[in-house]
Order: sequence, then structure tokens, then C-alpha cells
Amino acid sequence: MSNKMHIKLTVNGEEQEFLAEPRELLIHTLRERLDITGPHIGCETTHCGACTVTLNGKSVKSCTVFVAQANGADITTIEGIGDPDNLHALQTSFKEHHGLQCGFCTPGMITRAAKFLEENPNPTEEDVRFGMAGNLCRCTGYQNIVKAIFATADELNAAKEAAE
Amino acid sequence: MIPAAFEYYRPTDMDGVLAILAEHGDDARVLAGGHSLIPMMKLRMAEVPHLIDLQDVGGLKGITVEGGTIRLGAMTTQTEIIGSDTLTAAAPILREASLQIADPQVRYMGTIGGNVANGDPGNDMPGLMQCLDATFHLIGPDGTRYVAARDFYEAAYMTDREDDEVLTAVSFDQPVGGYAYEKQKRKIGDYATAAAAVQIVKEGGKCTSASIAMTNLSDTPIYSQEAGAALVGTVVDDAAMDAAVAAMLGDIDPTEDNRGPIEFKRHVASLILRRAIARAWSRA
Repeated sequence: MSNKMHIKLTVNGEEQEFLAEPRELLIHTLRERLDITGPHIGCETTHCGACTVTLNGKSVKSCTVFVAQANGADITTIEGIGDPDNLHALQTSFKEHHGLQCGFCTPGMITRAAKFLEENPNPTEEDVRFGMAGNLCRCTGYQNIVKAIFATADELNAAKEAAE
Repeated sequence: MIPAAFEYYRPTDMDGVLAILAEHGDDARVLAGGHSLIPMMKLRMAEVPHLIDLQDVGGLKGITVEGGTIRLGAMTTQTEIIGSDTLTAAAPILREASLQIADPQVRYMGTIGGNVANGDPGNDMPGLMQCLDATFHLIGPDGTRYVAARDFYEAAYMTDREDDEVLTAVSFDQPVGGYAYEKQKRKIGDYATAAAAVQIVKEGGKCTSASIAMTNLSDTPIYSQEAGAALVGTVVDDAAMDAAVAAMLGDIDPTEDNRGPIEFKRHVASLILRRAIARAWSRA
């Protein structure tokens, strides 16, 4: 079966159009077709969350979405959250609080954390740990990831207050 | 990791879905959230030559609470269940259970219909639906029929749903009294070593009705009518709990796996049920 479909996606604000087999997993589309290689693959059982992206406003593991399902979707990856010259508060905070070591889980972590803080701007530590539970990390032991997310929440809330 | 090729369909109405199911029989499957089916396809444990995505089919989403009846469209996600204040007010056990299912990302995608129709005894919603005496709505070529959750599960991955049918909704009477969904698991996102769903009614200090169902302790969810009955008429003291636990243990049939041997699972099931009953009673 070479039943290629016409697919249209918006990724980090850019429209993408291509032909793809429906079975192509969104993570492969991002990494191999669109060269958006921040999101990673850490498992084949939907546990690790290294492939997390934001799809139509939801935190989604892109290894468990067929490109066919995502047709027409609006997707944000770590590359759309910030870049080296213009880091998102979470990216700065992960750096300052040592929330990463090997960096392999980090794109998924930060993408998930961005959505999490949008939904819960004033989390408790328990909220953060539970809200990030779909993302595994082998290096950090999570403690500094929690600190980084807390620090970002404070920073974003302070910025919001200052703006009001 | 790499699923086999398939033909993909995204119909916009149920007639379109049913036509594809009728044409391809068990070579076709519906795709809801995809968070059980896609992992199985990636391991090549599920072969699905014709995949029917339900995301554009109207009428499959939404939560309604009307006239004492709660109805959840099959495509309602776990996240939507957790986020619904209306549902939480009417049947708080749904939120309590959903928060113990999977992880945030999976809950954004995974649906109530997929959870109950999947047929994996590890899923949490089937036992909960049996506890609530829910009804499953199945549409097929001859129209809609209704099956009690307590009659739906036949064996692991075997349910009363026919290949040409789609589960469109679940509905149940608004539960009364105290509730608890208690789940022992090895870690976040794991299926239960043992879990218990309990709804309990207290009047004049005594239990007047109780409903108990267990998760992942047999090749189907287990509604233990006798466990509930053991509590009725009691003040839910230790003796009543012992009787309920004994009745439950008579109904389950766990198998050994990497969550533990049979005796361990029976032990965990006993503890979990005690906790669930105690918590439900405290809320009754």
C-alpha cells in the first residue's frame, strides 16, 4: 500500500505541505521530514514523553499520533517556544536551576511545562510533579526540574503583575 | 515502533463509519484517542488494514447531566472528564478515577469510549462503569442497542461489541452517597496491581446500598454483587468489611505477571478494597 495522503500542518507558525503515508508517526514527520529534531524518541510504549509537542493546545506524545490524524493541526515544538537568542523563561530557568544534564528529555519537558503552567500558573510542588508525570528523565532525579518550573511560575506571575 | 501500512479514513458522520465497518469487517477498526491502539500497532500486535478516525464524527463528544442521568459521549477525553465541574459535582468518582489513569499527555487524547471498549482488563473505566451500573450505547447497521457494563465484558479483549458496531456513549444514573476509586500501581501510568471502585449509601448510620467492582484482577473487570451486599444493613464495621473482602476474593481470579504472584494480588486487592470502602463510607 503506498496510499500517500496530502498533509497540511502548521508547525511553529510555518505552514507545511507534503505527501505522506498515513502510518507515519508525527514524531517522524517532525524529525525526519521537517528536520525539527528537538523532540526526541525515548521509547516505543508511550511512556517517556521525550516526543511531547503541543498539538491544537494539548500536550501530546507525538510518537502516538499518526500524521494522518494530525492533518490540519497546529503544532508547537521546543523550537517554537524559544531560540538561543530569545529563550523562553522556562529555558532560562532550566539552565539556571540545572534542570537538565544530557538534554534528551528537555525538549519534551519544557514543551509540557509550558502547557502545564498555562493551565496552572500557581502550582504546588505536588501539582508540578503530577503535571509532569508523563515525562521521564534519566539524569536529573527531577528535583531541579521542579525547581526550574517553580522559578518560572514565579517569574511569569511577577511579569504579569508588573504588566497590570 | 513502526506500524504496518493501513488505509486511513476520516468520515464526518456515523453512517460513513458504519459503511466502512460493514465493508471491511474485522479488518477495520475505529481510532479514538489512539493511546491503546497505536501502541499495539507499533508493536505489530494489532493489525488494522483499515483505520477509521472518529475525530470528525459529530455527536460523539460531550458530557450531559440531565434528569438524574449522566451521559458521556464516547470521544470525551480523560482531560475533559477531569475538567468538567458539572460532572465532578454529579459523579465525583469519575474525576477521582481519571486522575489515576495514565499521565497528562495520554489523558488529553485517551477517551472514555476507547477506555471502556478496549477490553483490556487493565483499563480502569470498565470496573468503574460496572460499579455505577452504566449502560453502553452501541450503534450498528440495525440501529442503536444498549448493553449493561456488567454484561459487556467476556474475556480479555473480548466484549459484547460486534465488529460492525461502534460504542457511541456511556450513560448512568447520577450516583448517590459516598464514593472512592482506590488503585494500587507500581508507578504513574501503570495499570493497576489491584483497584476498587466503590459507591456506598448511608442512611440512619447504616449502609443501605453498596456497589463494588474490581479492576485488573481477572481477565475482565469484576462486579462483585456479593461484596456490596455484605455491607448492606451494617454500620460498615470490621466484620462487615471482612465479609465484603471475603466475597470479593471469591469473585476475582487474578493471574501472575510482573505485578506479582496470585497471592500477592489477592492480598493487595483486600487492602485496596478495605481502603476504598473506608473512604467511600467516610464520604457517605
